[in-house]
Amino acid sequence: MNKKFSNRIFKDKLASGVMLGLTTLSLLLVVGIGIGLYLKSQPILEQKTLWTLLSTTEWKPSNGEFGFLPFILGTLWITGLAIVMALSIALLTAIYLTEYSKSSVKRFVFPALDILAGLPSVVYGVWGTLFIVPWISETLAPHFVEYATGYSTLAGGIVLGVMILPLLISLFVEIFSVVPDDLRNATLSLGATPWQTIKLVVLRKSFSGILAAVVLAISRAFGETIAVLMVCGNLPVIPGSVFDSCYPIPALIANNYGEMLSVPLYDSALMLAAFFLFIVVLVFNAGSRIILHRIER
Amino acid sequence: MEASSITKDTVKPTAKEAHLSVRNLNVHILKNHILKNIDIEIPDKSITCIIGPSGCGKSTLLKTFNRLLDKTENVTITGKVLVDNENLYEKDAEVTHIRKKMGLLSQRPCPLPMSIYDNIAFGCKIHGTRNKKKLDEIVEYQLRAVGLWKEVKDRLHVPANKLSIGQQQRLCLARGLAVEPAFILADEATSALDPISSKHIEELFVELKKDYAIVMVTHTLRQALRIADYVVFMYLGEVIEAGPAEQVFKNPRRELTKKYLEGAFS
Ligand SMILES: Nc1ncnc2c1ncn2[C@@H]1O[C@H](COP(=O)(O)OP(=O)(O)OP(=O)(O)O)[C@@H](O)[C@H]1O
Ligand SMILES: [Mg+2]
Repeated sequence: MNKKFSNRIFKDKLASGVMLGLTTLSLLLVVGIGIGLYLKSQPILEQKTLWTLLSTTEWKPSNGEFGFLPFILGTLWITGLAIVMALSIALLTAIYLTEYSKSSVKRFVFPALDILAGLPSVVYGVWGTLFIVPWISETLAPHFVEYATGYSTLAGGIVLGVMILPLLISLFVEIFSVVPDDLRNATLSLGATPWQTIKLVVLRKSFSGILAAVVLAISRAFGETIAVLMVCGNLPVIPGSVFDSCYPIPALIANNYGEMLSVPLYDSALMLAAFFLFIVVLVFNAGSRIILHRIER
Repeated sequence: MEASSITKDTVKPTAKEAHLSVRNLNVHILKNHILKNIDIEIPDKSITCIIGPSGCGKSTLLKTFNRLLDKTENVTITGKVLVDNENLYEKDAEVTHIRKKMGLLSQRPCPLPMSIYDNIAFGCKIHGTRNKKKLDEIVEYQLRAVGLWKEVKDRLHVPANKLSIGQQQRLCLARGLAVEPAFILADEATSALDPISSKHIEELFVELKKDYAIVMVTHTLRQALRIADYVVFMYLGEVIEAGPAEQVFKNPRRELTKKYLEGAFS
């Protein structure tokens, strides 16, 4: 019996040891990727200051000019548009689903959302190219500008917004469902209308969760590549309006890595771009955790 | 009470008449008959305790007083709940002003996600009181009424969830009182509290029954013995016996009530 006992304890120790090992491994992987990208981007940083790279707009690798500003702004524009559009739609949809709809509606909507979330991003790209791009160039843009191809920042924003919509909706639904019914009942009993209850209490109670969900969606959107690349035009210029083309960072990497690597420093410049993405996602995730922590306490 | 020192006519709620009667109320959820032919009157200016074994429908009955079953799915409600002669279950009944007459205290205190001050001011604000001075007075008055003023007057603007559980429950009571209800509905409102906080709430109820009709669901018979003026005993969705506490506890008319009081089942 004693032997059996020690055997069990040994197994427990072993299991926890293995799990600790695997956890450490995945942590090391993240650190390793970061260090790898950093080292690979060293050559270009030895030749140019980081500030020059970030603040100049000329992108002519064959002349040795690597200005990242258009790509950074392109990424920010597209992500910003996507979040603004998706956030409002997702919030209202999630409020409807949790607070107003019958469970029969939910049974119908949730599987649909899962399908949307699971579609490969190239499908969104094709959809954008076939519908959104022509719609912008033929219907929307003529009201504002003289000529537009439709391959634009706006198209990128819309496609990206639609892509993160299912994620946002299901996160929000989850966040609203953990708000206790007692809290809703307490608010209703004060004579508040259901809408006042949602607006003043449920949303406020879920604020930190909403913030965290948005940050998560942003870091997802930052890295989205294929679908955006198919509709945003990919011109390395700073977009003057949402109808102009732009060129986000992930598209830059995907379009050029593996080609033209004979150009000096090109390889290193792309690695630097990847390192940017890495840092941004890292900072956003860490930031969201800190904010969540602060608000909860 | 200590409140009297600052009482101003503008803040002290005028005592209201409270009439609540339940007529032939039936609640079904899907095929389950949860409440069966309930017919009771809730007396004003006294404490009515609803007792009965777990699952007999006490909470459900309390919720029907406030139309809090509206969001529950597949529920059918027939019969009437008359609040000051207005039927809550009339087709086009305007619910919010009837709900406003009912202060609710749940089992676990649930402060709104805002400061202590805003918790109490919340109800007044949604009903249109904007005057800062008036709100200040109401907040102070209600906090005094639940004996919380001395404990929190220096930190009115910290989040309410920083308070202890017992303090939170008193805050929730004060929050309900601030919208000047005529009833207080409490569903096992002391069961999550420590004995001292629990006693505190009981004493408050005894104090408050001068001005309100208090309906409380309780699991502890001893609590009912201590503070109930009237008792409603429920079993499997039916009201078995209802009457003055004295009579129900000392002289139960029904065999089932007697057995329950003797602890034969719970
Ligand atoms: N939303 C619901 N869906 C289905 N059945 C429900 C629902 N709410 C309550 N019931 C059923 O109604 C009956 C009465 O429940 P209720 O919560 O009113 O009992 P209770 O007397 O308050 O019990 P307890 O003392 O344990 O709180 C129970 O059988 C319960 O299973
Ligand atoms: Mg109950």
